Amino acid sequence: MPIADLPLWAEIAVTVFLVLGGLFGLVGSYGLLKLPDPMTRLHAPTKATTVGVGGALIASMIYIFASEGRVSMHELLITLFLVITSPITALFIAKVHIHLREKPETLPEPRDASGWASFTADGPAKGVRDMHPVEPGAPDKTA
Amino acid sequence: MITYALIFCIGSFALGLLLNLWRVVKGPRISDRILALDTMTVNAIALLILLGFSLASPIFFEVAMLFALVGFVSTVSYCRFLLRGDIIE
Repeated sequence: MPIADLPLWAEIAVTVFLVLGGLFGLVGSYGLLKLPDPMTRLHAPTKATTVGVGGALIASMIYIFASEGRVSMHELLITLFLVITSPITALFIAKVHIHLREKPETLPEPRDASGWASFTADGPAKGVRDMHPVEPGAPDKTA
Repeated sequence: MITYALIFCIGSFALGLLLNLWRVVKGPRISDRILALDTMTVNAIALLILLGFSLASPIFFEVAMLFALVGFVSTVSYCRFLLRGDIIE
């Protein structure tokens, strides 16, 4: 492996971030295997996504900066993309679990008594309409 | 010192990939399998970055970026297919 000679501070920083990233990646995957039910399993891989991949990316940035003297922007792009997309993925997977395996009776009661938005036929807009009721004969502007 | 840390990091992400594969095979429900596949793409992105690191090649960053994109789109379309029975309505 063509690893360049770096100054001591860069070598220590790259090593620390690589070991941290590897440990968190392993913890995330182990948690995915170990946790007992699907909703808690959703929690474990977030460690691998944020600190695991993030540690490897920061180590790569420091290495490129110390060996070639330029700041690499690819890593920031990958981090940005992962941070934007992982909540959407988690929401979709939770919705799949809720719709395939749960009923409104098996879920905890929501605080504002408008029911689980995912289960009401007209979706999340129902709660908003309860707060701002529309007259029965009024024309619907959005239709 | 970096070489040993790199070997440790590649080894732990590869072990994580195997654990995810175990969850894909074992996972009692379909949502567990989708989640495990999504985690596999994240671990594969980390492995690609570390491979680019050890081969000193900048091409792997583009590959990792593409992998992140395709992994996100495939996970969302799989979930959407299960939720709606269709992907693009």
